[in-house]
Amino acid sequence: MSKKDLGLLILILVVGAVVAIINPRFLLPINLANTSNLIGLFGILSIGQAFVIITGGIELSVGSVVALLGTLFIDFIAVRGLGWPIALPLILVLGGIIGLVHGWLITRLKLQPFVVTLCGLLIYRGVARFYTADGTAGFGFGQNFPELEFLTAGRSWGVPNSFIALIVIAIVMWVVLHRSVFGRYLYAIGKNEEAAKYSGIRTGRVVMAAYVICGVLTALSAIYFAMYTRSISPASHGQFYELYAIAAAVLGGFSLRGGEGSLVGVILGTVLLQELQNLVNLLGIPSSLNFAVMGGVILIGVLVDQQWGVFRARRLMLDASRKGAVAAE
Amino acid sequence: MNYSDTSIAATTPFLGLENVRKSYPGVVALDGFSMEVRPGEVIGLVGENGAGKSTLMKILGGVTRPDSGIITVDGVAHDGLSVEGSLGSGIAFVHQELNLFENLDVAANIFFGREPLRGGPLRLVDRARLREMVAPLLKRVGANFSADTPVADLSLAQQQMVEIAKALSIKARLVILDEPTSSLPIAETDKLLDVIKALKADGISVIFISHRLHEVERVADRVVVLRDGMLAGTLPKSAINHDQMVKLMIGRMLKEREKASEAARAPGATALSAKAVRTPAYPARPVDLDVRRGEILGLAGLVGSGRTELARVFFGIDSTLGGALELDGKPLVLGSAADAVAHGIFLVPEDRKLTGILLDLSIAQNISLPDLPAHAKRQLVSAKAETVTAEKQKKDLGIKAPSVQTRTGTLSGGNQQKVVLGKWLAMNPRVMILDEPTRGIDIGAKAEIYGLMRALADAGVAVLMISSDMEEVIGVSDRIAVMHEGQISGILDKEQFSQENVLLLAVGKKPN
Repeated sequence: MSKKDLGLLILILVVGAVVAIINPRFLLPINLANTSNLIGLFGILSIGQAFVIITGGIELSVGSVVALLGTLFIDFIAVRGLGWPIALPLILVLGGIIGLVHGWLITRLKLQPFVVTLCGLLIYRGVARFYTADGTAGFGFGQNFPELEFLTAGRSWGVPNSFIALIVIAIVMWVVLHRSVFGRYLYAIGKNEEAAKYSGIRTGRVVMAAYVICGVLTALSAIYFAMYTRSISPASHGQFYELYAIAAAVLGGFSLRGGEGSLVGVILGTVLLQELQNLVNLLGIPSSLNFAVMGGVILIGVLVDQQWGVFRARRLMLDASRKGAVAAE
Repeated sequence: MNYSDTSIAATTPFLGLENVRKSYPGVVALDGFSMEVRPGEVIGLVGENGAGKSTLMKILGGVTRPDSGIITVDGVAHDGLSVEGSLGSGIAFVHQELNLFENLDVAANIFFGREPLRGGPLRLVDRARLREMVAPLLKRVGANFSADTPVADLSLAQQQMVEIAKALSIKARLVILDEPTSSLPIAETDKLLDVIKALKADGISVIFISHRLHEVERVADRVVVLRDGMLAGTLPKSAINHDQMVKLMIGRMLKEREKASEAARAPGATALSAKAVRTPAYPARPVDLDVRRGEILGLAGLVGSGRTELARVFFGIDSTLGGALELDGKPLVLGSAADAVAHGIFLVPEDRKLTGILLDLSIAQNISLPDLPAHAKRQLVSAKAETVTAEKQKKDLGIKAPSVQTRTGTLSGGNQQKVVLGKWLAMNPRVMILDEPTRGIDIGAKAEIYGLMRALADAGVAVLMISSDMEEVIGVSDRIAVMHEGQISGILDKEQFSQENVLLLAVGKKPN
């Protein structure tokens, strides 16, 4: 765990302690379970986003993909009667295809990630609304999927299974990002794509793979969100989720220029964001201020991080020049 | 100090440095350094990388303050300069990396931020007056381009002229040129040296920093040599020669100037061959070129003659627009640099920091990058395997760094270049292409890199060296191919080697 991550963890604990003192309900098992469920849902999404951001790209269509694939999933299992063991992998494949198309447009046709995924944001939202004729997709009475329910919305030993899923995914993705050949390529491309290319890395394929990973993880979280809300109104479901994911990554120390950030960081970023949401609810802050609180904290976090960097660099210089002066005497 | 040139000694110095000292974390960059610059004097400032030249420049530019010592400008003593103070007293810099806006024209660049304005609330730029102001400046630097040319359309030497004109526009009295010729081909270098002479004639002082000693020899009135942050010596005009400068720079004479073995080598079989290859830079001009095993083929030519573009095609970065490549007689199709690397064709690119290495990664991570799967078990990178490979290269190449975990961004240019070489040498090169391999690298490291190229050739590797440094091309190559406007204008064998022949071919004429 880097110093940055440690600082974030301490911040999370301090904020948690303060909230718990003001409102002890923060520590009730039901509240913790609810919050960790949300952390699980948003965490999966944010890990996907992190893989794209590390390459210096961005994925803005996440929220719309959550809406579109969520609607499709519910449609598949509730209306078309597809078994969920078939529907689930199908949705994941669809997410992967969306990522592949984005990656292809970005690496082969040299379009900017912002533009490609902004168009995606608009297109998938529109398709989702059209597909359901702007109606809410949901489960009818009496429709039950016990195994799926357990996997997505259930709990083991009191811990939401969505949170456990996040932990498992995070461990796997930590190895991929920080230990694998592919992960090294991602960092290299994020730091300097040209130099990576001149070192014989097939940068196009690697970047495309990052968007595919993002697509698949987004699809998975779309299923979790669908099972969590149990009904989806395609006009608003998943709105701004891409911003939650980007915010989590930025809070976690990712640079939007690419090549910087850790998996632990993005998870901690997600935790802090959800803690803030919870804080707004528990401290009786008007929920209309929700976004303002989030934005304010992110801004302060980024500022502190940057100023801390400047301060440390200055202290290092001072130390060294003092040593130099002593050595010279 | 010893000034034999009394005519210069008679005038009071414009700039004086006395006992200047500056230390950084862990190093003393300048130690008790003193020098003087007189009006109209051209000072050659030489020294190996890390000798303290850049620190001296930062102090003169007011970017950093010395720890102790006195800086005298026009007879007024300061204990340090500010950026404004430096500018205000007429010290101007022309850096190796030019600071021009490529999308703006020449006039806009020269008077950027100081444009003459028409009256009125809109504060529009008075373009006619701007052009009037620029014209005499361009004339003084001998420019052969007009004020409304976009900078992007100018050659490097012309861009440097714009920088110098910019310096003149702020009434500079001392122009400091930092490695101005390192990226210039021969013909353009001459133009720049002429500009320096013109400045001198106007009474403007020049500090000329260069690794190209023969140019210093041609233009300097006095040479100041820095070594390890200290003044190693000053050479008056009469004593300026290549060997003396080198001796002062490294504190000893170089054993032997790097020379290719006297006997012409028996040519090996053709390794890499271009057959009527057309590059994106010159789509209408097919190139034929054979690089043989065991030779160093020098590729000379003016900047913009298509050498780098050819190298990019050989390395799979750009695709050919026609023609064919062959490797060891077999057709070669390259879709990407990865394909070239898989075939053992490696490139040491021209722009080290942008394309050669990743500055944020460690030496070990840079060296293992092209061959990462070989340093991994089941797709997981083994830091141990990386370290082993890197340690070997560090030892073989003499990379100077605390450890192989050191970030490459903190290394000197020569050591960075060795890391680039190391990452390819750790694999098995069949064809090694080096684009300006010694640009901005000090003399000691240069000789080592020449030795490495020769060792590669002796081991049967086909070496293609692109270089704009005439001494280097002639001293190192076994054969020289010269490019002119996208085509090979001629190939010289060892007995035909001469500066004149290379130059004639470079401008598209027949050699003698």
